[in-house]
Amino acid sequence: MKAVLLGASKGMGRALARLLAARGARLFLLGRAAEDLERSARDLEIHGAPAPVETAYCDLLQPDSFAAALEEAQRALDGFDTVVVTAGLFATQEELENDPLRTARLLTVDFAHTVLFCEEARRRLLAGGGGTLCVFSSLAGERGRKPVILYGAAKAGLSRYLEGLDHKFRARGLITICVKPGFVTTGMTAGLEPSPLTGTAEEVAARVLKAIDRGWPEVYAPAPWRLVMGVIRRLPRCVMRRVGF
Amino acid sequence: MPQQPYRTKLAGWGRYPVVEGLEWKSEQLAAISKNATLSRGLGRSYGDSSLPAGADCPVVTTTLADRLLSFDPVSGRLRAEAGATLFQLNRVFLRQGWFVPVSPGTQFVTLGGMIASDVHGKNHHVDGCFGEHVSSIQLRVADGRIVDCSETSEPDLFRATIGGMGLTGHILEAEITMRRIPSPWIWGESERIDNLNAMVAGLKEAAQHWPMTVGWVDCLARGAKLGRGILMKGRWAEPEEAPQTPPPTKHRFRIPFVWPNFVLCRPSIKAFNLAYYWKHVQRIQRGILHPDAFLYPLDALDDWNLMYGRRGFTQYQCVLPHAEDNGPARRFLERFISGGGMAFLCVIKDCGAEGKGMLSFPRPGMSIAIEFPVHPARTPALVDRLNEVVLAEGGRIYLTKDAFTRPEHFRAMEPRLDAFNAVRRQWDPQVRIRSAQSVRLLGDPA
Repeated sequence: MKAVLLGASKGMGRALARLLAARGARLFLLGRAAEDLERSARDLEIHGAPAPVETAYCDLLQPDSFAAALEEAQRALDGFDTVVVTAGLFATQEELENDPLRTARLLTVDFAHTVLFCEEARRRLLAGGGGTLCVFSSLAGERGRKPVILYGAAKAGLSRYLEGLDHKFRARGLITICVKPGFVTTGMTAGLEPSPLTGTAEEVAARVLKAIDRGWPEVYAPAPWRLVMGVIRRLPRCVMRRVGF
Repeated sequence: MPQQPYRTKLAGWGRYPVVEGLEWKSEQLAAISKNATLSRGLGRSYGDSSLPAGADCPVVTTTLADRLLSFDPVSGRLRAEAGATLFQLNRVFLRQGWFVPVSPGTQFVTLGGMIASDVHGKNHHVDGCFGEHVSSIQLRVADGRIVDCSETSEPDLFRATIGGMGLTGHILEAEITMRRIPSPWIWGESERIDNLNAMVAGLKEAAQHWPMTVGWVDCLARGAKLGRGILMKGRWAEPEEAPQTPPPTKHRFRIPFVWPNFVLCRPSIKAFNLAYYWKHVQRIQRGILHPDAFLYPLDALDDWNLMYGRRGFTQYQCVLPHAEDNGPARRFLERFISGGGMAFLCVIKDCGAEGKGMLSFPRPGMSIAIEFPVHPARTPALVDRLNEVVLAEGGRIYLTKDAFTRPEHFRAMEPRLDAFNAVRRQWDPQVRIRSAQSVRLLGDPA
C-alpha cells in the first residue's frame, strides 16, 4: 500500500497512520507545520513504515496548495493508491453561534475545501487505475442536533458527497470510505463531557483499517454507534426538538 | 492550535484524593507547558503526586505527545516525547527483540512518568532504576526556557529530575537505551513459600541466578506463617525454548463501573489471598509465560482501581534496610496487621544499589508494598504508625504511592531532601512548578 495522509500528525490520523506503518505501508504526510510533520514522519518510521517517510505542505485553508502537495506525493511514492483525510476543524454550536468569521472558516474547511481536496485526490487516483479514498466525516452529520448544528451541517454535506463518489466511481476501481466517528477522546475533544460509547483513537483506527481492507463504504466507530444511529436517524422531529443531544 | 485548559476532576490511580483542577491536553506539549505548574502522564501514581497544587494551577497532561523521535538499532538509543507509553513501546519493540531496560508492574505509564518516579522493576537487584538508563532529558523549566540536561550538561538538574516527581520542570522529551532480548517470551519459575524468613532467603538466593524476581505475600497470614506467599522468578526465554510466534495481544477486561465499597471487605480480601496462595498447589511451577502475564498481571483488568469503590485506596511502599534476622520487615508487617490493616495485595522485593536520582526511592534492602482501601478516619493513623516503624528502622517511603504521609515524617526519612531543594530553588526560585504532594510534604505554597 502507498498512502497519502492529510492530518496524520494528530488524534485519529496519527493512530491510523501508525497501524498502516506497522504493516509496512509506504506513507507520505501532508500538513501545515513542517517541523511537526517531520517528527511524525520519524515516529512512523520507527513504527514500521519504510524510511524515508516524506512530507509536503498542504493546508485545508489554502486550496491552491492541494495540487502541488499531491503532485509531490506522487513523485515521492512513485504513485499512490490510498488517500486518507483526517484533518478538519471542530467547534461546538455555542462557540460558533455568535462568531460568523469562525463559522465561515469551519464551513469552508470542513466542507468546501475538503471536497476540493478530495476532487484533486480522486482525479489522481482514477488516473492511476483507482484505489481508496478514506475521509473522516462525523456522526454529527447524521441528524440536525442542537449542540453541533453548524459542524454537523458541514459534515452532513461531506458525507453525502462521499456517498455519491462511491456510487459513481466504485465500478471504475475507486473505493470511497466515509468514516463516522462518535465521541473519541482526542485533543480535539479534550475538556468536553464524554458521552456513553466514548472511543479511543486507537479503537477507531483499528476499525477504519478493517474498512479499508474490506472496502466498506461507510464506517461507524466505535462499532455500536451503527445501531445507536440507526435509532436516532428514525427519531421523529418532535422528539429531536425536545432532547438536548 | 492547542485548545484552552478546562476544569475537570483529577485523581491518581488510588482515586484518593480527588481534586478539582485545570487540565490542558494537546499534541503540542512544548506549547502548552509554558504556563503550567505541573505535568502529568497517565495518572498512575497512586496518591497526589500528579495532582495540581490548587484549583487554579493548570496541569498539563502529556499523553497526546507520544511520538517516538529516533531509534538507533545498533546502540538501542531511543528518543521519544514524554507522553509515549510503555504499552506503545512494548507493542513496537518487543517483536523486534527490544525491551525497556527497566519496567514497572504496569505498562500504562508514560516515559515522563517513569523518569519522574524513577520507577523500578523486578530487575532492580541487577539493573537499578529506570533513571540509570536515561541519557538525556529535555525539560521546560520554571522560567520558560527549554533545557537539555544529562550527566554532562546541567548534571544537578538531571539528577534532581530523575525521581523528582515532576517538580523540577516539565519533561518534554527524553532519551533512553533499550535492551536487546533473546525472545519476547518469559521463562518463569514460581515457588510457594511458607514464611517471611524463607521468602527473604528465597529472594536473595534467586537474585544470584535470575534477572527478575518478586515475591507476593499473603498479608493476612500471621504468626509462624507471617510472610508466606509466592516467589516469582523470570528471565527472557532463549529463542529455542520460546514459541516461534510473537506473543499475541492479550484481551483485556474492563471493570465497567465503580464497585460498591462493601465488595472489597475483610472476608473477600481474605478469600482472595487464600485462593491465590493455594492456587499454587505444586510447590514449584515453571514454564514459558506471556510477557504480560509475568510483567503486568494486573493490566489484564482495565480500570481495576474501580473495584475499591468510591472511597478509593492507597498503596504504601517502603524500603527497609537488610538485617540478619529480617527484623525490620517482620516488625513492619506485624505493625500493619496489628493496626487493623487488611491488604488486598502485598509485594516484597529486594532492592539493589541506590540510583543517581536525588530523591530516587530504592536503596539496598527489602521493599514492601501493601495496598488497602482508604478509610478517612483510620488510614492516616495507620500510615502514621507505619511511617514510625520505617523511620525507626532507617528506611524510606515511595512518593509515587503516597497520599497520607506527614511532612515531618518525610523530612526525617529523607536526609537527601536539602540537596534536592537546593537544585529546585536554583531553577525555580518562585516555586512555580509544584503539586498537591509538594504542598503537603515540602511546604510549597498552595
